[in-house]
Formats: sequence, structure tokens, C-alpha cells
Amino acid sequence: MQGTSLTESSTAKGIRPSEPVSSDLLVRLQMHSNPDALCLVRATVERATELLHFHETQTRAIVRSVDEALANVIRHAYKGKSGLPIEITCKKLRVDRNGAPVTGLEILLEDSGVALDPAKLKGRALEDLRPGGLGLHFIYQSMDEVEFSHKNGKNQLRMVKYTVPANTVVKPEGE
Amino acid sequence: MQIAARASDGFTIFDISGDIDLAHSPQMRKALLGEIKEKRIPRVYLNMKNVRYIDSSGIASLVEGLKASRDAGTRLILYSLNNSVREVMQLSRLQKIFEIFDDEAQALAS
Repeated sequence: MQGTSLTESSTAKGIRPSEPVSSDLLVRLQMHSNPDALCLVRATVERATELLHFHETQTRAIVRSVDEALANVIRHAYKGKSGLPIEITCKKLRVDRNGAPVTGLEILLEDSGVALDPAKLKGRALEDLRPGGLGLHFIYQSMDEVEFSHKNGKNQLRMVKYTVPANTVVKPEGE
Repeated sequence: MQIAARASDGFTIFDISGDIDLAHSPQMRKALLGEIKEKRIPRVYLNMKNVRYIDSSGIASLVEGLKASRDAGTRLILYSLNNSVREVMQLSRLQKIFEIFDDEAQALAS
């Protein structure tokens, strides 16, 4: 798959992804595909959301999304094998929305597992009462932008959450 | 995650604390299914007051427990869910599928 690009850009709320005005690295983590390490990542991501002054409900949504995405990497891309590499990068984004600055948190997950077909990465219907298939549903419901890709032999998942919901009209200062 | 059982005549209460995530949901699943499928306890209660976090694998274990209890003709009852757990139940649209009560007294009286 090296050199190919398999991308599904998903605007979870039907909003076009925003071009950042600036992007600052907050933290980069390297972990192994070990479920016991998930609590460490959740704690770190929670602190990152606090730095950016996300609301408590938004913080829980972001932490949940990262945790579910990592669980999917461990279970599906790495098929449950432990000790395989995953990298998590958190950046502070600033985008311009109608002339007003809006802050966001971008989280990029990278793994070297089996490339998954984004078209098949759909959560199950909620009406179907059975175990499993909920993780993706949580991610799509929680994040403003969700983008799967496969570049240079790595699976990438980019997720963005803005401090102001993506479907909110932000007025420039002075209006 | 820690799980402690209080057994009484006709029911078992599991007091769960900590995070129910990919690392720990198998432990909860095993405990639940042991009471429901093997011991066939008529009522199994989950006290979730001290659960900080639950992920989709934890929810999957609860759904499996619920289905097992329906098959066995018994009840699986949850109570004292905090905001974090309630949000996940709502996201999963499961809040009306499970029997959920505010506290232990209400749950036991149901």
C-alpha cells in the first residue's frame, strides 16, 4: 500500500473542514498497542482539552473519541496484538470563521497496522441491539471533523473538535 | 477497574469502580455472565456510582449481559450512573433499553 493514498474525508456534522490559520504542537505520544496504556492517553488528552478551555461535556466527547479510535487500532488494525506502535499527536488549531478566531484541538493517530477500507468503517445501526460497532458511532457524533487516510504505509485518523461548535455562526469582534 | 460482589437471597449487587475500558471490560463481562448464565441469579444489580468512564467495549458487555438475562428470564438492573456514563448510554440509545434507577433504594424496590 506504500505510496497509495486512501482517504475518506468525513465532515461529521456536514461542515466543510476548516483551513487552520495557525497550528501549534501540544503533545506527541508514542504508545504500544496495549489496552492497559489507554488510561494514560485519556488522562493526557483530558489535560490538553483543559489547556484549551473546552467545556466539560466537550472534554468527555474528545477523550471518548480518542479512546475509541485507539481501541479500534488495537482490535482491528493490529488484530489484538500487543507491543505494536501507535503515535498520537495533539495540536492546537486556530481557524478563522467569519473573521473571528476559533480554537480547535486536532488529534492525529498513526499506526502501521492493516489498512482498513474507510468505506467499511461505518458504525452499526443503533436500533440493532447487539454488542459491538459503537465506537465509530461515538467518534462521528462527538467530533467536528473526522478524516481517515492511509499514507506512506501508515493508517492515519485526524479528528478535530472546536471550542465553538462547527455549526455555530461566530460573529467577528465589534459586531 | 475494581468489581466487588454483594450476594443475597435472589440477587447479586456488583459495586464497580474505576474505568470500564478495553483493558477491563472482559473482567466485568465474565462477572456478569457468571451470575446470569451460570448461577441464574434472578436479579443482578450494577452499582455504577464510582464508574468514571465506560467505553464501547464496556457497553457491549452490558448489552451481552442484558441479552443473557432476557434469555434466562432474569433482570439486569443499573443504578447511580454519573453524567459520563449517562452520556454514553444516550449516545448508544440504550437508556430506555436498560432498567436504570437513580439509586440503590429505588433499584432494590423496583
